Amino acid sequence: MSLRSLSCEQSLLARCDGSARFKHGETSVVAAVYGPGDVKPNKEIINKATIEVTFKPKTGLPGCAETALEKILQDTCEAVILTSLHPRSSISIILQVEHDDGSLLPCCINACCVALMDTGVPMRGFVCAVACAVQQSGEEIIDPTLEQEQVSRPGRCAGWDWATDLSIWMLSNSEHVIF
Amino acid sequence: MQQELVGSVVLPGDVVGVVRGDVELKLGPGVRREQDKIVATKCGVFRLRKPNMYWIDINQKRYVPVAKEHVIGIVTGKPGENFRVDIGSSQQALLPFLAFEGATKRNRPNVQIGDLLYCEISVANKDMEPELVCVDGSGKSHGMGVLSIDGFMFRCSLGLARKLLADDCPILKTLSARFSFEIAVGMNGCVWVKSKSVTNTILISNCIENSEYLGIDEIEKMVDQLVQSAHSY
Repeated sequence: MSLRSLSCEQSLLARCDGSARFKHGETSVVAAVYGPGDVKPNKEIINKATIEVTFKPKTGLPGCAETALEKILQDTCEAVILTSLHPRSSISIILQVEHDDGSLLPCCINACCVALMDTGVPMRGFVCAVACAVQQSGEEIIDPTLEQEQVSRPGRCAGWDWATDLSIWMLSNSEHVIF
Repeated sequence: MQQELVGSVVLPGDVVGVVRGDVELKLGPGVRREQDKIVATKCGVFRLRKPNMYWIDINQKRYVPVAKEHVIGIVTGKPGENFRVDIGSSQQALLPFLAFEGATKRNRPNVQIGDLLYCEISVANKDMEPELVCVDGSGKSHGMGVLSIDGFMFRCSLGLARKLLADDCPILKTLSARFSFEIAVGMNGCVWVKSKSVTNTILISNCIENSEYLGIDEIEKMVDQLVQSAHSY
Protein backbone atom coordinates (compact mmCIF):
# COMPACT_ATOMS: atom_id res chain seq x y z
CA MET A 1 0.00 0.00 0.00
CA SER A 2 1.58 3.27 -0.95
CA LEU A 3 0.59 6.90 -1.39
CA ARG A 4 1.04 8.76 -4.66
CA SER A 5 3.70 11.45 -4.61
CA LEU A 6 2.56 14.35 -2.43
CA SER A 7 3.56 17.93 -3.03
CA CYS A 8 2.75 21.19 -1.28
CA GLU A 9 3.36 24.85 -1.96
CA GLN A 10 2.62 27.73 0.46
CA SER A 11 2.05 31.47 0.09
CA LEU A 12 1.29 31.27 -3.61
CA LEU A 13 -1.49 33.89 -3.58
CA ALA A 14 -0.56 37.50 -2.86
CA ARG A 15 -3.86 39.02 -1.69
CA CYS A 16 -4.98 36.57 0.95
CA ASP A 17 -3.58 36.09 4.42
CA GLY A 18 -2.45 32.54 3.71
CA SER A 19 -2.66 30.01 0.89
CA ALA A 20 -1.50 26.56 -0.13
CA ARG A 21 -1.63 24.15 -3.04
CA PHE A 22 -1.66 20.47 -2.13
CA LYS A 23 -1.30 17.60 -4.59
CA HIS A 24 -1.92 13.88 -4.23
CA GLY A 25 -0.41 12.68 -7.52
CA GLU A 26 -2.51 14.50 -10.15
CA THR A 27 -5.28 15.65 -7.78
CA SER A 28 -4.59 19.29 -7.02
CA VAL A 29 -6.46 21.71 -4.72
CA VAL A 30 -5.67 25.34 -3.87
CA ALA A 31 -6.82 26.70 -0.50
CA ALA A 32 -6.90 30.38 0.45
CA VAL A 33 -7.54 31.70 3.97
CA TYR A 34 -8.61 35.17 5.05
CA GLY A 35 -8.61 35.85 8.75
CA PRO A 36 -9.13 36.55 11.55
CA GLY A 37 -11.16 39.36 10.00
CA ASP A 38 -14.50 41.17 9.97
CA VAL A 39 -17.68 39.21 10.38
CA LYS A 40 -21.27 40.16 9.50
CA PRO A 41 -23.34 40.82 12.65
CA ASN A 42 -25.82 38.05 11.82
CA LYS A 43 -23.02 35.48 11.67
CA GLU A 44 -20.90 36.57 14.61
CA ILE A 45 -20.50 34.29 17.63
CA ILE A 46 -19.82 36.03 20.95
CA ASN A 47 -17.14 33.71 22.26
CA LYS A 48 -15.62 32.09 19.16
CA ALA A 49 -14.46 32.79 15.62
CA THR A 50 -16.91 31.98 12.81
CA ILE A 51 -15.40 29.58 10.28
CA GLU A 52 -16.74 29.83 6.73
CA VAL A 53 -15.72 27.39 4.04
CA THR A 54 -16.41 27.85 0.33
CA PHE A 55 -15.70 24.94 -1.98
CA LYS A 56 -15.44 25.60 -5.70
CA PRO A 57 -15.49 22.60 -8.04
CA LYS A 58 -13.38 22.65 -11.19
CA THR A 59 -16.40 22.97 -13.49
CA GLY A 60 -20.04 23.81 -12.98
CA LEU A 61 -21.85 25.58 -10.17
CA PRO A 62 -21.60 24.39 -6.57
CA GLY A 63 -24.51 22.11 -5.60
CA CYS A 64 -25.55 19.83 -2.74
CA ALA A 65 -22.46 17.65 -2.90
CA GLU A 66 -20.26 20.72 -2.60
CA THR A 67 -22.25 21.98 0.38
CA ALA A 68 -21.80 18.61 2.08
CA LEU A 69 -18.05 18.82 1.54
CA GLU A 70 -18.04 22.36 2.95
CA LYS A 71 -19.75 21.14 6.10
CA ILE A 72 -17.20 18.35 6.61
CA LEU A 73 -14.33 20.78 6.13
CA GLN A 74 -15.91 23.32 8.48
CA ASP A 75 -16.32 20.73 11.23
CA THR A 76 -12.73 19.56 10.77
CA CYS A 77 -11.38 23.11 10.97
CA GLU A 78 -13.46 23.90 14.06
CA ALA A 79 -11.92 20.89 15.77
CA VAL A 80 -8.36 22.14 15.29
CA ILE A 81 -8.51 25.94 15.25
CA LEU A 82 -8.43 27.69 18.65
CA THR A 83 -11.56 29.69 17.87
CA SER A 84 -11.92 31.07 21.40
CA LEU A 85 -8.85 33.26 20.85
CA HIS A 86 -10.68 35.33 18.21
CA PRO A 87 -14.28 35.94 19.31
CA ARG A 88 -16.55 37.90 16.97
CA SER A 89 -14.28 37.51 13.98
CA SER A 90 -14.34 35.28 10.96
CA ILE A 91 -11.88 32.90 9.35
CA SER A 92 -12.84 32.31 5.70
CA ILE A 93 -11.41 29.39 3.77
CA ILE A 94 -11.89 29.11 0.02
CA LEU A 95 -10.95 25.92 -1.82
CA GLN A 96 -10.62 25.64 -5.58
CA VAL A 97 -10.23 22.27 -7.29
CA GLU A 98 -7.61 22.44 -10.03
CA HIS A 99 -7.74 18.79 -11.00
CA ASP A 100 -9.59 15.78 -9.56
CA ASP A 101 -7.91 12.41 -9.98
CA GLY A 102 -9.37 10.71 -6.91
CA SER A 103 -8.95 11.28 -3.13
CA LEU A 104 -10.44 14.76 -3.46
CA LEU A 105 -11.68 15.17 0.11
CA PRO A 106 -8.37 14.24 1.82
CA CYS A 107 -6.54 16.55 -0.58
CA CYS A 108 -8.91 19.39 0.36
CA ILE A 109 -8.35 18.79 4.06
CA ASN A 110 -4.59 18.70 3.70
CA ALA A 111 -4.61 21.88 1.59
CA CYS A 112 -6.87 23.57 4.15
CA CYS A 113 -4.58 22.64 7.03
CA VAL A 114 -1.40 23.83 5.31
CA ALA A 115 -3.11 27.10 4.31
CA LEU A 116 -4.20 27.68 7.93
CA MET A 117 -0.60 27.16 9.08
CA ASP A 118 0.59 29.63 6.45
CA THR A 119 -1.91 32.22 7.71
CA GLY A 120 -0.76 31.93 11.32
CA VAL A 121 -4.18 31.03 12.72
CA PRO A 122 -3.65 29.50 16.20
CA MET A 123 -4.33 25.76 16.08
CA ARG A 124 -4.22 23.00 18.66
CA GLY A 125 -2.69 20.56 16.17
CA PHE A 126 -2.98 19.87 12.49
CA VAL A 127 -4.99 17.33 10.51
CA CYS A 128 -3.79 14.76 8.01
CA ALA A 129 -6.28 12.89 5.86
CA VAL A 130 -6.14 9.97 3.48
CA ALA A 131 -8.76 7.92 1.60
CA CYS A 132 -8.79 4.18 1.39
CA ALA A 133 -10.73 1.95 -0.95
CA VAL A 134 -11.44 -1.75 -1.18
CA GLN A 135 -11.09 -3.10 -4.70
CA GLN A 136 -13.46 -5.68 -6.17
CA SER A 137 -10.82 -8.34 -5.52
CA GLY A 138 -10.92 -7.51 -1.78
CA GLU A 139 -7.49 -5.84 -1.80
CA GLU A 140 -7.25 -2.62 0.21
CA ILE A 141 -5.51 0.38 -1.29
CA ILE A 142 -4.92 3.86 0.07
CA ASP A 143 -5.01 7.11 -1.85
CA PRO A 144 -6.96 5.71 -4.83
CA THR A 145 -6.96 7.44 -8.22
CA LEU A 146 -10.27 8.39 -9.85
CA GLU A 147 -10.29 5.18 -11.93
CA GLN A 148 -9.66 3.03 -8.88
CA GLU A 149 -12.37 4.85 -6.87
CA GLN A 150 -15.00 4.34 -9.52
CA VAL A 151 -14.50 0.57 -9.69
CA SER A 152 -13.93 -0.11 -5.99
CA ARG A 153 -16.41 -1.11 -3.32
CA PRO A 154 -17.67 1.60 -0.92
CA GLY A 155 -14.67 2.96 1.01
CA ARG A 156 -13.76 5.27 3.85
CA CYS A 157 -11.93 8.52 4.31
CA ALA A 158 -10.25 9.22 7.62
CA GLY A 159 -8.77 12.35 9.11
CA TRP A 160 -6.83 12.52 12.30
CA ASP A 161 -5.09 15.05 14.48
CA TRP A 162 -1.34 14.65 14.24
CA ALA A 163 -0.61 15.98 17.72
CA THR A 164 -3.03 13.96 19.76
CA ASP A 165 -3.38 11.02 17.37
CA LEU A 166 -7.14 11.12 17.81
CA SER A 167 -9.40 10.38 14.92
CA ILE A 168 -11.39 13.52 14.14
CA TRP A 169 -13.88 11.85 11.88
CA MET A 170 -14.44 8.92 9.56
CA LEU A 171 -16.63 9.14 6.52
CA SER A 172 -18.04 6.06 4.95
CA ASN A 173 -19.33 5.98 1.37
CA SER A 174 -22.71 4.55 0.67
CA GLU A 175 -23.55 2.69 -2.53
CA HIS A 176 -23.74 6.05 -4.26
CA VAL A 177 -20.27 7.45 -4.57
CA ILE A 178 -20.24 11.19 -3.98
CA PHE A 179 -16.65 11.88 -4.96
CA MET B 1 11.88 23.00 28.12
CA GLN B 2 13.26 20.89 25.31
CA GLN B 3 16.52 22.70 24.56
CA GLU B 4 17.12 20.79 21.34
CA LEU B 5 13.97 22.32 19.83
CA VAL B 6 15.21 25.91 20.34
CA GLY B 7 16.10 27.33 16.92
CA SER B 8 14.24 24.67 14.95
CA VAL B 9 10.88 24.80 13.16
CA VAL B 10 7.92 23.58 15.18
CA LEU B 11 4.38 22.79 14.02
CA PRO B 12 1.07 23.42 15.82
CA GLY B 13 0.52 20.77 18.44
CA ASP B 14 4.23 20.07 19.08
CA VAL B 15 5.02 19.79 22.80
CA VAL B 16 7.94 22.14 23.39
CA GLY B 17 8.22 21.80 27.15
CA VAL B 18 6.82 20.63 30.43
CA VAL B 19 5.80 22.86 33.34
CA ARG B 20 7.70 22.10 36.52
CA GLY B 21 6.27 23.55 39.74
CA ASP B 22 9.07 25.87 40.83
CA VAL B 23 10.38 27.31 37.53
CA GLU B 24 8.99 30.65 36.30
CA LEU B 25 8.48 30.71 32.52
CA LYS B 26 7.48 33.63 30.29
CA LEU B 27 5.53 32.47 27.25
CA GLY B 28 5.34 34.78 24.23
CA PRO B 29 3.37 34.57 20.99
CA GLY B 30 2.70 31.16 19.50
CA VAL B 31 3.05 29.02 22.64
CA ARG B 32 0.46 28.25 25.26
CA ARG B 33 0.07 26.12 28.33
CA GLU B 34 -2.19 23.05 28.27
CA GLN B 35 -2.34 21.58 31.78
CA ASP B 36 1.27 20.62 32.47
CA LYS B 37 2.59 20.90 28.92
CA ILE B 38 3.77 23.85 26.84
CA VAL B 39 2.41 23.45 23.31
CA ALA B 40 3.09 25.35 20.08
CA THR B 41 -0.04 26.82 18.45
CA LYS B 42 1.55 28.19 15.28
CA CYS B 43 4.11 27.13 12.72
CA GLY B 44 7.48 28.87 13.08
CA VAL B 45 10.94 28.89 14.66
CA PHE B 46 11.05 28.22 18.41
CA ARG B 47 13.14 30.86 20.20
CA LEU B 48 14.57 31.40 23.64
CA ARG B 49 15.84 34.54 25.34
CA LYS B 50 17.69 33.43 28.44
CA PRO B 51 16.84 32.79 31.14
CA ASN B 52 13.18 31.95 30.69
CA MET B 53 11.41 33.74 27.82
CA TYR B 54 10.09 31.44 25.05
CA TRP B 55 8.21 32.32 21.89
CA ILE B 56 7.74 31.32 18.26
CA ASP B 57 8.91 33.53 15.39
CA ILE B 58 5.92 33.58 13.09
CA ASN B 59 5.50 35.38 9.81
CA GLN B 60 1.94 36.29 9.05
CA LYS B 61 0.13 39.02 7.17
CA ARG B 62 -2.93 39.64 9.34
CA TYR B 63 -2.34 41.80 12.43
CA VAL B 64 -3.79 40.93 15.86
CA PRO B 65 -3.65 43.99 18.16
CA VAL B 66 -1.42 43.88 21.23
CA ALA B 67 -1.29 46.70 23.80
CA LYS B 68 1.66 49.13 23.75
CA GLU B 69 2.57 48.40 20.10
CA HIS B 70 2.90 51.27 17.64
CA VAL B 71 0.81 51.00 14.48
CA ILE B 72 -0.06 53.06 11.42
CA GLY B 73 -3.78 53.37 10.72
CA ILE B 74 -6.11 55.05 8.24
CA VAL B 75 -8.94 57.25 9.57
CA THR B 76 -12.26 55.93 8.24
CA GLY B 77 -14.82 57.87 10.27
CA LYS B 78 -15.55 60.30 13.09
CA PRO B 79 -18.36 58.82 15.23
CA GLY B 80 -19.12 60.96 18.31
CA GLU B 81 -16.05 62.08 20.22
CA ASN B 82 -13.73 59.54 18.56
CA PHE B 83 -12.00 58.71 15.30
CA ARG B 84 -12.52 55.26 13.78
CA VAL B 85 -9.17 53.96 12.52
CA ASP B 86 -8.46 50.93 10.32
CA ILE B 87 -5.30 49.19 11.59
CA GLY B 88 -5.77 45.95 9.64
CA SER B 89 -7.20 43.94 12.54
CA SER B 90 -10.56 42.15 12.59
CA GLN B 91 -12.23 45.20 14.16
CA GLN B 92 -11.54 48.87 13.52
CA ALA B 93 -9.97 50.78 16.41
CA LEU B 94 -11.23 53.85 18.28
CA LEU B 95 -9.06 56.91 18.92
CA PRO B 96 -10.51 59.62 21.21
CA PHE B 97 -10.27 63.27 20.02
CA LEU B 98 -8.52 64.24 23.23
CA ALA B 99 -5.66 61.73 22.84
CA PHE B 100 -3.55 64.14 20.78
CA GLU B 101 -0.88 66.52 22.03
CA GLY B 102 -2.42 69.89 22.92
CA ALA B 103 -5.99 68.80 22.19
CA THR B 104 -8.82 70.15 24.33
CA LYS B 105 -12.60 70.20 23.93
CA ARG B 106 -12.32 73.57 22.20
CA ASN B 107 -9.09 72.84 20.30
CA ARG B 108 -9.90 69.77 18.19
CA PRO B 109 -7.11 68.00 16.27
CA ASN B 110 -7.04 68.66 12.53
CA VAL B 111 -7.59 65.10 11.29
CA GLN B 112 -9.65 64.25 8.19
CA ILE B 113 -11.06 60.97 6.91
CA GLY B 114 -8.34 59.25 4.89
CA ASP B 115 -5.44 60.62 6.95
CA LEU B 116 -2.62 58.36 8.10
CA LEU B 117 -1.98 58.24 11.83
CA TYR B 118 0.99 56.84 13.73
CA CYS B 119 -0.34 55.81 17.13
CA GLU B 120 0.05 53.48 20.07
CA ILE B 121 -2.46 50.81 21.05
CA SER B 122 -3.63 51.50 24.60
CA VAL B 123 -6.25 48.77 25.00
CA ALA B 124 -6.27 45.49 23.13
CA ASN B 125 -7.99 42.31 24.10
CA LYS B 126 -9.81 39.67 22.12
CA ASP B 127 -13.31 40.67 23.25
CA MET B 128 -13.25 44.43 22.62
CA GLU B 129 -12.42 46.89 19.88
CA PRO B 130 -8.82 48.09 20.15
CA GLU B 131 -8.27 51.63 21.41
CA LEU B 132 -5.48 53.94 20.29
CA VAL B 133 -3.73 57.04 21.63
CA CYS B 134 -1.38 59.56 20.02
CA VAL B 135 0.19 60.74 23.28
CA ASP B 136 2.06 59.05 26.08
CA GLY B 137 1.04 59.20 29.76
CA SER B 138 2.45 62.72 30.25
CA GLY B 139 0.76 64.26 27.20
CA LYS B 140 3.76 64.28 24.81
CA SER B 141 3.34 62.95 21.28
CA HIS B 142 6.89 61.60 20.59
CA GLY B 143 6.35 61.68 16.83
CA MET B 144 2.87 60.17 16.96
CA GLY B 145 -0.01 61.84 15.14
CA VAL B 146 -0.85 62.58 11.52
CA LEU B 147 1.74 61.47 8.94
CA SER B 148 2.47 63.96 6.16
CA ILE B 149 0.57 63.65 2.89
CA ASP B 150 3.91 63.86 1.01
CA GLY B 151 4.84 60.36 2.07
CA PHE B 152 3.81 56.94 0.72
CA MET B 153 2.41 54.03 2.73
CA PHE B 154 2.67 50.41 1.69
CA ARG B 155 1.91 47.11 3.42
CA CYS B 156 4.36 44.33 4.13
CA SER B 157 4.28 41.17 6.20
CA LEU B 158 4.49 41.42 9.99
CA GLY B 159 7.86 39.64 10.01
CA LEU B 160 9.40 42.25 7.71
CA ALA B 161 7.97 45.07 9.85
CA ARG B 162 9.63 43.56 12.94
CA LYS B 163 12.94 43.24 11.07
CA LEU B 164 12.76 46.90 10.10
CA LEU B 165 12.26 47.85 13.75
CA ALA B 166 15.33 45.88 14.90
CA ASP B 167 18.38 47.87 16.01
CA ASP B 168 20.74 46.65 13.28
CA CYS B 169 18.38 46.36 10.33
CA PRO B 170 20.61 45.78 7.25
CA ILE B 171 18.22 47.13 4.61
CA LEU B 172 17.73 50.45 6.41
CA LYS B 173 21.50 50.85 6.93
CA THR B 174 22.13 50.20 3.23
CA LEU B 175 19.41 52.63 2.15
CA SER B 176 20.46 55.37 4.57
CA ALA B 177 23.96 55.29 3.08
CA ARG B 178 22.48 56.18 -0.32
CA PHE B 179 19.36 58.29 0.37
CA SER B 180 18.01 60.63 2.98
CA PHE B 181 14.46 59.71 3.94
CA GLU B 182 11.97 59.61 6.76
CA ILE B 183 10.35 56.30 7.66
CA ALA B 184 7.63 55.16 10.09
CA VAL B 185 7.03 51.44 10.63
CA GLY B 186 3.86 50.09 12.24
CA MET B 187 3.79 46.66 13.88
CA ASN B 188 0.66 46.02 11.80
CA GLY B 189 2.77 45.71 8.65
CA CYS B 190 2.26 49.28 7.41
CA VAL B 191 5.37 51.23 6.40
CA TRP B 192 5.33 54.96 5.56
CA VAL B 193 8.25 56.46 3.63
CA LYS B 194 8.93 60.08 2.70
CA SER B 195 11.92 61.37 0.76
CA LYS B 196 12.94 64.24 -1.52
CA SER B 197 11.44 62.94 -4.77
CA VAL B 198 8.79 60.49 -5.94
CA THR B 199 11.43 58.33 -7.70
CA ASN B 200 13.42 57.97 -4.49
CA THR B 201 10.31 57.12 -2.48
CA ILE B 202 9.31 54.38 -4.94
CA LEU B 203 12.90 53.05 -5.03
CA ILE B 204 13.09 52.89 -1.25
CA SER B 205 9.73 51.14 -0.92
CA ASN B 206 10.64 48.58 -3.61
CA CYS B 207 14.00 47.91 -1.95
CA ILE B 208 12.34 47.31 1.39
CA GLU B 209 9.73 44.97 -0.08
CA ASN B 210 12.37 42.96 -1.97
CA SER B 211 14.69 42.63 1.04
CA GLU B 212 12.47 40.29 3.04
CA TYR B 213 14.23 37.03 2.23
CA LEU B 214 17.69 38.31 1.21
CA GLY B 215 21.00 38.09 3.08
CA ILE B 216 23.17 41.15 3.77
CA ASP B 217 25.37 40.84 0.63
CA GLU B 218 22.37 40.19 -1.57
CA ILE B 219 20.65 43.28 -0.15
CA GLU B 220 23.59 45.49 -1.20
CA LYS B 221 23.53 44.04 -4.73
CA MET B 222 19.76 44.37 -5.04
CA VAL B 223 19.79 48.02 -3.92
CA ASP B 224 22.64 48.84 -6.34
CA GLN B 225 20.79 47.19 -9.23
CA LEU B 226 17.55 49.04 -8.54
CA VAL B 227 19.34 52.39 -8.14
CA GLN B 228 21.19 51.86 -11.46
CA SER B 229 18.04 50.93 -13.37
CA ALA B 230 16.20 53.96 -11.95
CA HIS B 231 18.99 56.35 -12.93
CA SER B 232 19.19 54.94 -16.44
CA TYR B 233 15.77 56.44 -17.26
